[in-house]
Amino acid sequence: MTLVQNFPFFCIILSMFSAIISFLLSGRWAKVVHVAMLIAVFVMSLMTLNVTARSGLSYTYMMGHYPAPWGNEIKIGPIESLMATSFASIMLLSVMGGAWHIKKDIDEKRLNLYFIQLDLMMASLLALIYTNDLFTAYVFIEICTISACGLIMARRTGRVYVSAIRYMVMSLIGSGLFLIGLSLLYAITGQLLMEPARTGLMLDIIKGAYLIPVSVIMILLTVGLGIKSGLYPFHTWIPDAYGYATPASSAILSSLVSKGYIFLLIKLVLRVLPYETAPGRQMDNVLFVFGVTGMMIGSIDAIRERNVRRMISYSSVAQIGYIYMGLGLATDAGITASLFHVISHGLMKSLLFISAAGLIDSSKGRLDRNGLQGAGFRNLVAGIGFTVGSLSMIGMPLLSGFVSKFMFAEAATQAATVKMIIAWIALAISTVLNAVYFMRMVLVIYTPDDSKKTEAGKEGGADFFMEKAATITLSALIIVLGTMSPLVIGILNNGLDKLG
Amino acid sequence: MSRKNPDYEGSKWQHFAQWTKGEYDPQKGKLETHPPVKSKKSGTDIKGYLRKMWNENKDLYEEKQEKELSLFEKIYFFVAILLGVFITILLLVTVSHLPRFGDANAPENNEVARRYIEKGLEETGAVNIVACMILDYRAFDTFGESCVLFVAATCVLMLLKSDGKEKKDTESEYVTRRSEILRPAARILVPVIIIFGIYVILNGHLSPGGGFSGGAIIGAGLILYLTAFGFERAGRFLSEKNIRIITVLSLTFYCFAKSYSFYTGANHLESIITPGTPGALLSAGLIVYLNICVGIVVACTMYSFYVAFRRGSF
Amino acid sequence: MGTSVFTNYEECASVILFVIGMMNLLLQSNLIKKIIGLDIMDASVYLFLAAKGYIEGRHAPIYTDGITDASYYINPVPSGLVLTGIVVSVSVSALMMALTISLYRQYKTLNLDEIMMKLRKQESEEFIALSNKTEGEGSK
Repeated sequence: MTLVQNFPFFCIILSMFSAIISFLLSGRWAKVVHVAMLIAVFVMSLMTLNVTARSGLSYTYMMGHYPAPWGNEIKIGPIESLMATSFASIMLLSVMGGAWHIKKDIDEKRLNLYFIQLDLMMASLLALIYTNDLFTAYVFIEICTISACGLIMARRTGRVYVSAIRYMVMSLIGSGLFLIGLSLLYAITGQLLMEPARTGLMLDIIKGAYLIPVSVIMILLTVGLGIKSGLYPFHTWIPDAYGYATPASSAILSSLVSKGYIFLLIKLVLRVLPYETAPGRQMDNVLFVFGVTGMMIGSIDAIRERNVRRMISYSSVAQIGYIYMGLGLATDAGITASLFHVISHGLMKSLLFISAAGLIDSSKGRLDRNGLQGAGFRNLVAGIGFTVGSLSMIGMPLLSGFVSKFMFAEAATQAATVKMIIAWIALAISTVLNAVYFMRMVLVIYTPDDSKKTEAGKEGGADFFMEKAATITLSALIIVLGTMSPLVIGILNNGLDKLG
Repeated sequence: MSRKNPDYEGSKWQHFAQWTKGEYDPQKGKLETHPPVKSKKSGTDIKGYLRKMWNENKDLYEEKQEKELSLFEKIYFFVAILLGVFITILLLVTVSHLPRFGDANAPENNEVARRYIEKGLEETGAVNIVACMILDYRAFDTFGESCVLFVAATCVLMLLKSDGKEKKDTESEYVTRRSEILRPAARILVPVIIIFGIYVILNGHLSPGGGFSGGAIIGAGLILYLTAFGFERAGRFLSEKNIRIITVLSLTFYCFAKSYSFYTGANHLESIITPGTPGALLSAGLIVYLNICVGIVVACTMYSFYVAFRRGSF
Repeated sequence: MGTSVFTNYEECASVILFVIGMMNLLLQSNLIKKIIGLDIMDASVYLFLAAKGYIEGRHAPIYTDGITDASYYINPVPSGLVLTGIVVSVSVSALMMALTISLYRQYKTLNLDEIMMKLRKQESEEFIALSNKTEGEGSK
């Protein structure tokens, strides 16, 4: 095994170790450690991606001395390393972009604790991406839940505590369902590793034994992860949780945490759950319906919302609906489109949250539409970032949002006729609805306001510069992803059969 | 003729009789309580104005809310009950299709469990099969689990850690009053509890127990010590700094030890860790050291949970 | 209904407890009762796992008298999973309780509905204050 093949394991351990060591450090050093860890994870994941994507290599890495069904293991392929690379970069940019707010919202003594949550969040996301073992996945799901709760409540106001408790309640129901699904799976197969569990399930289906438990396991695991990622009927916690936390937390929560669960679900669909059998087809249909409904309802709620940050959160509900719709199409193209949208939505959402925070700061903290009038002139960089993010959400050509919408539409052509028509109509309506609320916002921030133009009242020049730099980098990445999409799509297409 | 105590109302017997009826509580007002919260005065003009504005619309607003809420709640409740019944039936049907309880031929008793039992002693040297499974075969899970405790402890600290400025006013409220029963009992019990905890941890690979249960026992002993002797005495060696350093050191050792074994395992290198003689105290390779680390982490976490809940600072 | 419903008492009890706990977690407006529901839910899964690990007439998975025969011991895997799960549920309950304490300190009630009510009131007050402030500055 070459050194590069060890890198995914190094990434997980490094992020956990930096969390442990940050417990003794001051807030400033914890931040330095966190940023250094993210850069290291990014570089190592990029090198792994380079190796795996070039050779199409996919391998398992034993965590210990014992082979497959006995020890823990992680599995590394092109898609996994692509996801790790993009997650690390999005987290780095979100933390950079939210640096000024982190300093303002969280007091000095608790700063290192906040960065511990961020470190462990990265560790759990990496573990969810790479793990090949269901129980490891459960443990890291819980780490992810607790650290996400820590990120939400770091701001320490009453409003945020209520959001955190609502988030925890829904999340814990999700993990409870996942755990009992896992126990049932263990009861009928006796395996916790993904591939042996699949073999066991397929044998049961062929023998005709345990047919009801198999379908119930599929329902429980899918619904559990669906609740945790904010699939439509279980989305009630999203606007609260994303709308009031500090902007860096909101960006990370909406662009990464829910995506970690979705990626795990995609892995389960491809590696464990027998989605190609008859009950699996029905689950696909259910996911498709929920996804499409979520696309509509999320956008309509966003239109009705006055608070700009809650509006962006509702738009997350709609975008997660897109991803589940792609899964529900039950074709390889649909899953590829979902995977692409995971990356593209991550970039767009963190850009939107960070630039919206910049706009709000330049408008004396007003969150409503009237207050934000003319904010685009007061904070030019944030205005441009918000515009780029909105245009990408709507599906402007050359931006990454267009590519993912195009991929969804293309994937729909390969699906069954009814699904194809529904998906096309849903995409069209959702695009119009997106345009309604995002364009309205963009028009508002570029409506001239009679108050004075400059609002350079921000202290802490370095952090403010970081915010601008992160906004510009995220906008640039969206354009790059939009124009160079064939490269990423190529990696996804080549890696898809190795993911399963 | 019976003698009548002139001071019957205040006598001990009367208090006892009242106490049995639940009318009198000897501990009332004597136990520690939360400090009373001083209400902040709000006297600024703008707030008064807002209050007035609010009061004008309040009745209308709240009544409407209440009506909407009650209808919504009814529907919510009904749907929730239906959902609950549905899930119960679904799960019961599922369970009824599972293999029989206690069946030796059930699918989960397969080659995985068989190897843990048959090869466990030879490969890891631990007599306790569960310990050898969670700390050697599936050690990555267990490391994640220690991190769950760690992240929960940091979250609780982040929430409840006091800011330092309110500490001075409230300090006197939290001092435990001298208790005739608690202190002598604690003097005897605390050493016994802690020694038992250490025994459970050290024999984790030989008998039932291990880092988690032993750590919880030690944590309980420390909490009893704190309750009996107060923060000042406990804080001498269990200060926040010491607890942080101990936790970080044990987790770091755990992290590096397991990383070494993962790295050598995945790269098929020879590991220097040997199982040792089964049954001896220092056998079973890393398991005994990992148990000690886990025990320390669990004990420190339990203690800091208690401190955070009770006062917010060490 | 399958055939094992009359032999799998433990599993039946655990799924019923699971739903009871889940419904408490979801429906109770009192935060402490929510946490109790959470603990019931988690404990029921451990009951389920422990029941699945049991094999009739076999012994606890600790080597006795040097016997290393698989037919002498019960399945050790569910026990390990329960051990891991308990630690997770302890951490989660502690976090929920800390949140409850913080909310109680702020709002002096444990009822989530009342807290939501107070919050809504507070929010509309804040909104009025903010818009008054900005409008006042604008008129100057």
